[in-house]
Amino acid sequence: MTCNETEARVLSELLEIQNLKTYYPIRSGVIQTTKNYVRAVDDVSLILVKGECLGLVGESGCGKTTLGKTLLRLEKPSAGAVYFNSEENGGGKLLDITTFSGNRLKQLRKRMQIVFQDPTTSLNPRMLIKNIIGEGITIYNLARGREKIDRVAELLNSVGLNRDHMMRYPHEFSGGQRQRIAIARALSTKPDFVILDEPTSALDVSVQAQILNLLIDLKNEYNLTYLFITHHLLVVEHISDRIAVMYLGKIVEISRTKTLFAGALHPYTIALLSAIPYPDPDIRRKRIILTGDVPNPIDPPEGCRFHPRCWLAVERCRIEEPLLEDAGDGHFVACHRKDDLAAEYHTHRYRR
Amino acid sequence: MCGWDRRTEEQEFIYTLPGTIGTVRIRKNGMYFLKKRRIVREFEQHPRLKEFRFSFGKIVKNPLSVTGLSLIFIFFLIAVFAPVISPPKYEQEPFRIPHEGYSVIPNPPGPGHPFGTTTKQYDIFYGVIWGTRTAFRIGFMVVGTILIIGIAVGSISGYFGGIVDEILMRVVDIFMSLPLFILAMAIVTALGRSLDNIMRSLIIVGWPIYARTIRSSILTIREEDFIKAAKALGSGTFKIILKHILPNAIYPALILASLDIGAMVLTAAALSFLGLGAQEGYADWGQMVSLARNYIVGPQGQPFLFWYVVTIPGLFILFFVLGWNLLGDALRDIFDPKLRRK
Amino acid sequence: MAEPGTTDSILDIENLKVNFYTYEGVVRAIDEISFGLANGETLGIVGETGCGKSVTVLSILNLILPPGKIEDGTILYHENDSPVNLVEQSDEFMRAIRGNEISMIFQEAGNALNPVLSINRQVSESFLLHRQEELCTLVLKNIEKNLQKKRWPGLLLRYQKAKYTGKLRKARGNNLQYGRYGRLLKRQATELSIKLLESLGIPNPSEVILRYPHELSGGMQQRVVISMALACNPSILIADEPTSNLDVTIQAQILTLIEELKDKYRSSILFITHDLGVVSEIANRVIVLYAGTLVEFARVRELFKKPLHPYTRALLRSVPTPGKNGRLESIRGNVPNLLNPPSGCRFHPRCPEAMEICTQQKPALYVRKDRDGEKHMVACFLYKE
Repeated sequence: MTCNETEARVLSELLEIQNLKTYYPIRSGVIQTTKNYVRAVDDVSLILVKGECLGLVGESGCGKTTLGKTLLRLEKPSAGAVYFNSEENGGGKLLDITTFSGNRLKQLRKRMQIVFQDPTTSLNPRMLIKNIIGEGITIYNLARGREKIDRVAELLNSVGLNRDHMMRYPHEFSGGQRQRIAIARALSTKPDFVILDEPTSALDVSVQAQILNLLIDLKNEYNLTYLFITHHLLVVEHISDRIAVMYLGKIVEISRTKTLFAGALHPYTIALLSAIPYPDPDIRRKRIILTGDVPNPIDPPEGCRFHPRCWLAVERCRIEEPLLEDAGDGHFVACHRKDDLAAEYHTHRYRR
Repeated sequence: MCGWDRRTEEQEFIYTLPGTIGTVRIRKNGMYFLKKRRIVREFEQHPRLKEFRFSFGKIVKNPLSVTGLSLIFIFFLIAVFAPVISPPKYEQEPFRIPHEGYSVIPNPPGPGHPFGTTTKQYDIFYGVIWGTRTAFRIGFMVVGTILIIGIAVGSISGYFGGIVDEILMRVVDIFMSLPLFILAMAIVTALGRSLDNIMRSLIIVGWPIYARTIRSSILTIREEDFIKAAKALGSGTFKIILKHILPNAIYPALILASLDIGAMVLTAAALSFLGLGAQEGYADWGQMVSLARNYIVGPQGQPFLFWYVVTIPGLFILFFVLGWNLLGDALRDIFDPKLRRK
Repeated sequence: MAEPGTTDSILDIENLKVNFYTYEGVVRAIDEISFGLANGETLGIVGETGCGKSVTVLSILNLILPPGKIEDGTILYHENDSPVNLVEQSDEFMRAIRGNEISMIFQEAGNALNPVLSINRQVSESFLLHRQEELCTLVLKNIEKNLQKKRWPGLLLRYQKAKYTGKLRKARGNNLQYGRYGRLLKRQATELSIKLLESLGIPNPSEVILRYPHELSGGMQQRVVISMALACNPSILIADEPTSNLDVTIQAQILTLIEELKDKYRSSILFITHDLGVVSEIANRVIVLYAGTLVEFARVRELFKKPLHPYTRALLRSVPTPGKNGRLESIRGNVPNLLNPPSGCRFHPRCPEAMEICTQQKPALYVRKDRDGEKHMVACFLYKE
């Protein structure tokens, strides 16, 4: 998956991640030699199209949060490249942002923002809302004085809050309202790309519905691109156009949402889908219970990373690591047995 | 009402009590004007004021903190009104305790000397009143300095981590291992006997714990999401430390500081007692007890004959330190976020 | 299915009222909740943050600490054929019940385990506290076996047995702290714990038992907590959001495990969650709480197919379901502050079908019969006959 070819394609791409790796060194010993690495993100390649919402799904320890942080340069990438569609030269050029630093990095930061999971800790408890949201505006000198206050009020209105909420502290608000403030802060620099790291996981069901509606509205209004990181499959199904499934630092499946839910081709995805508790007591599926725990990203298994827990594993899976291959219609799977699985679907074996 | 069209940020929200006259800072054509305006409508209170009133309310409801605050307030009044309470005899040197005569034996409280006199007839009353000023000076200057040093070192160490952290913490370790008394004696021997030298040795020995405290709170706060959000917004390092980290991390250090003010005064008194501090006749509590070293216990059969010599300065020291300790405890209860809104 | 007040129910809560006396005022956390738990069923308690689900179950075990106080109400525990009001019992009585007949598993398994004690110590604790007789008997049996193997003469055997019985009894009395005999009991408890962990599907239990909580994964920790709760074969198991912090696949494992264990131990389960999917899978009947009041109580199928209360309806409509795209319905407004709860029905400010009477009076629980003749109770004036 390289990005050359037609200019039209390049123009529609916002972000292209190529072979990104983020390893954390594990040091031990008196002189702190690097013994091993935590392979949080291990050779990930993705393309994000402008205006879409890509869902990134996986369980704890799979590296999805690290991927998001690496894209934002909050973590240092160990290898690979991230091409971001720059506005220079008429918007045709993709630049590798892993090499940015200094002022260039600062200007880049304007264009990508993040909303964190826990609204309580993501807002500085000793700062006024006005300053929390206004910080982005101040850093880039987008407005001053009265204009700045108007802009902050405008942002608050766009997330459903009032102008006079500006002069309050975060602890005076409920969880859902704080998350709205965090979203307003993310929008304050007029970004193109927003990473949403489990934005509704810490919220109640009804509040979650409000926030999801808000996110969809904002995306349409401001023409944003989302990377929606979560472990909640029903939520991601509702909001995303495409979904990527991660396991132990690697992407194991990407496809359009409908295709994934209709016929997932990777055993891990199938297990995930079967484990979702649906709020419908009539639906009693046979849960596929995976044996064992999620393994450690320090010493991933040889060959296919999923093979110790996979009920379809064969000898090849133990030796050779599967690569992401096209299964048709934009559906990519990394599994040696995907053809067998595709055949199974025709016999309605794994249908929900 | 005020007739200006262009308004600055501050003027957007007027936060004073309704019905009062508030002054408003207005900028026009680059110049600042002050204009009085009567606040007719009720404005919502500025959130900082609201928070302050909440904290203040908590302070006045806690009996211990009220005691602490009152004690400190009394001492504050004494210090401020020292020239009125006991006018200085030597105009240029108000800290020089007047003495009539050179008799070594202390005299009990009597006319002209409400608290009596110590050795060499120094007036105790004058000494303790002006000693209050000295105590505040020692407390604030020492603690102020070590706060600044501690915050600077602690923030750099805590925020940057890595090798910088290691080196700075080793420096802190070295300073922490210096023994106070020996160091004070060494400094006094080298530089002479004075209160300033005591303060210097207290500063040298006192700052490491602040560095450590700030560093440990920064280590916790550094991982919080709002710091990452600030970084993602593009905030510079220095700005993040000043605006985000320090306002959250400083509270343990402030509590420590308020407790330390008392402790520093106590230690300075001890050093003065040993003879390392101010010159003889200087108005300093510890120094005054030092003067009467030979008369702490009276003659055989009358051990408490010269009680006033030690007890009175001692009581002043005691209540001063007690006041700051109570205030420090109260501050800790107020600032602890778990207890705050119980 | 049993109804509250019948002999088949094992727990009956009537008009429970809990207040919290805080600095800022009185928080009316629970306002007259009544429901019953039938023998052998799983009752799901559903509600959002602040609705009082945790407070309700904590008050069953009398674990409400000041400034909270159980103002009113009775909690009848039917065991041994005579109902006992748990609200009025002494501390000693409650201590004998907690962990023994009614046990609880918490949301954060990591927080429920003491980080400085090994798993062995923590799981054995249940046995040592509540199953001392059993332990003593087992120890004596082992000793007998050992002595018989060595073929000691009968008199000596009886003498040894008597000696051990006496010493064990003393060790028990001294709270099993010290001494050789205390250690015998502890070793026996460890053996029982290993067997228990094995039955919960923990691999290598004899190895795991020597570890510390932080060395285990989240799913394992939760299993250990569950094993601690089930050690003494309780009749009621209270699960306070046990799977909320776990990954989906681990959650599936734990839910399957809980179902299996329920059949094996024949306990009744009170399962608290905010996840409607989980409750639809695991519960027989469900109660829905809102702001400290009970709004609906029905069998799980009825609740999902024909929800009656406006809040339940709105809640079900706000859950994203696959295939249904577009906007999710949300409930306007916010959860009320319980310092100053709304008058009458606590949901009325946000209710799309609120009437005049809703602001004045609190609705009682009205009973409807569902398709199979079971009770479907709802606290809403819309259903007043």
